[in-house]
Amino acid sequence: MPLSTDSSKFTDADAFYAALIDAVDTLDDDQAREFLAALALILANEIADNDVLSQAIEAARSSVTARS
Amino acid sequence: MTYQPHQRPIFDYERVADQDAKEPAHHPVVIVGGGLVGLTMAIDLVVKGVPVVVLEKGETVSEGSRSICQAKRTLEIWDRLGAGDPMVEKGITWNVGKVFHRDRLLYQFDLLPETGHKMPAFVNLQQYYVEEYLLDRLHALGGAVRWQHALEALERHDDHVRLTVATPDGPYGLTCDWLIACDGARSHVRRQLGLEFQGEVFEDKFLITDVHMKPDFPSERWFWFEPPFHDGQTALLHRQADDIWRIDLQMGWDADVEAEKDPARVVPRIRQMLGDDVDFDIDWISLYVFQCRTLEDYVHGRVIFAGDSAHQVSPFGARGGNGGVQDVDNLAWKLKLILDGTAPVRLLESYTEERLFAARENILNSTRATDFMTPKTGTSRTVRDTTLAMAEAHPFARALVNPGRLSVPAHLTASALNTPDDDAFDGRLGPGSPATDAPVQVAGQEGWWLDQLGERFVAAVHEPPGDLPEEVETPAGPVSVIALGEGQPIADPDGHLIDRYDLQPGTTYLFRPDQHIAARWRTFDAAKIDAAVNRACALD
Repeated sequence: MPLSTDSSKFTDADAFYAALIDAVDTLDDDQAREFLAALALILANEIADNDVLSQAIEAARSSVTARS
Repeated sequence: MTYQPHQRPIFDYERVADQDAKEPAHHPVVIVGGGLVGLTMAIDLVVKGVPVVVLEKGETVSEGSRSICQAKRTLEIWDRLGAGDPMVEKGITWNVGKVFHRDRLLYQFDLLPETGHKMPAFVNLQQYYVEEYLLDRLHALGGAVRWQHALEALERHDDHVRLTVATPDGPYGLTCDWLIACDGARSHVRRQLGLEFQGEVFEDKFLITDVHMKPDFPSERWFWFEPPFHDGQTALLHRQADDIWRIDLQMGWDADVEAEKDPARVVPRIRQMLGDDVDFDIDWISLYVFQCRTLEDYVHGRVIFAGDSAHQVSPFGARGGNGGVQDVDNLAWKLKLILDGTAPVRLLESYTEERLFAARENILNSTRATDFMTPKTGTSRTVRDTTLAMAEAHPFARALVNPGRLSVPAHLTASALNTPDDDAFDGRLGPGSPATDAPVQVAGQEGWWLDQLGERFVAAVHEPPGDLPEEVETPAGPVSVIALGEGQPIADPDGHLIDRYDLQPGTTYLFRPDQHIAARWRTFDAAKIDAAVNRACALD
């Protein structure tokens, strides 16, 4: 299954973003980093498909390295 | 040629007969505040045959352009009141917004992607023009504002309010059945009542500069995150009437208010943004902070709050002035029915219920936009910056980028005034939604659907299978029955009404006097209309 980042699949993108930021902002910086890692793992388990996950990892990695 | 800023009209103080009365004169409604919301309130009541007294402590319209983005629903309300056309003619119509990150265009959006609406998504018009046109309309209807008559004190009683009004000639007394506080964010009425305001205060300061210039930019809303020309976090560029452009720069929480308003400091900032090739003159400078907060109840005995006196939002989303005009739309017909003795006073509970729901929606949206623009911690800044960095290559992330979610009317789906659907319907509309416009033909003439609605309850029946009565009698007065569709008095030439309202032959919609949907059915049934009108007027 191909990974698609072309269009939003959120049912309520603003509500998700607000919930994410609310969670991050109640933690100190180290905890917040840990939180983001934990969230990535939980969502990865939900996706489960290794093919999609490796494409997601590559997309995220190139998004970061493209900027540095 | 030197730039000449718009000259606001000055209205002289006039002495009124009430000042010579031995006992305080009585009026059904006194409106405190002659700004955008107070004037709309006055017109809406005068249109309904309710005489009003408007007290305004100042002597002219808004200083500065302030609330410039007039949203579609607001324009529709002003149109219902006969004041829509000059706003659209003078204002700058726009539908498209562009979002930039540094020097790159991230994406653009169209706020009105479909055709077949009388009003555009937005018209940008300076608040002083809006107020001048509202005054023109009020005067044409025989109404007036009492300039330099300032509310000084008020005393609440069970069935009336007693007030003291200060004037250059000294104070005088008045009584009224209802006092409507449209006196803005720093409401004197609210403070007189000692009411608590609950909500969030934001610390960042924003610098508004209106400049006069003639660049070849399109009439679009341009929003920058981390603009290359400004060291603050965001910038906004917006065109207004008379070649005036609004430039809004985020300044950070530690900005020095007085120093930053100095034109000697503002001009280089604007020059940095526009480059050396654009000639401009400064029209108006303002530095503001904002709060997102609301009263918990908008009705306190005989005192009613509308607009910024009741609730405040951040400006990102154009939800302040537009929210206030929708308050008026919601309140006026209810107050009219109550003044006529047709509906009980408890109908006003629905004003708080419906408009508090809308205010919370506005506050939620504007708070989220503000939080996106101003991350509070290092990690939330990382999340925000990553979202922006991904938005160009990964379009899904654009849904998360929040440059302000622009004002749309609230769908009052949970209102106690609605009759819930028994029949199945598709589409975006439902009980509590504001009516959606469409082009129609009335007796062969081109017209608009919204012009058929308003000021009374209307039952609209699509292609009725049999004869219809002209009216349905209810305890709240007669309901106008109109037939639409193929071969009917109101034709739907493009089929937009069928699509937007999911119409089938016999489908019947009941609209409130404020053009909101009260109920709908697949068949016409006078008894159901009667019950739904009773419910919508708190008579059940």
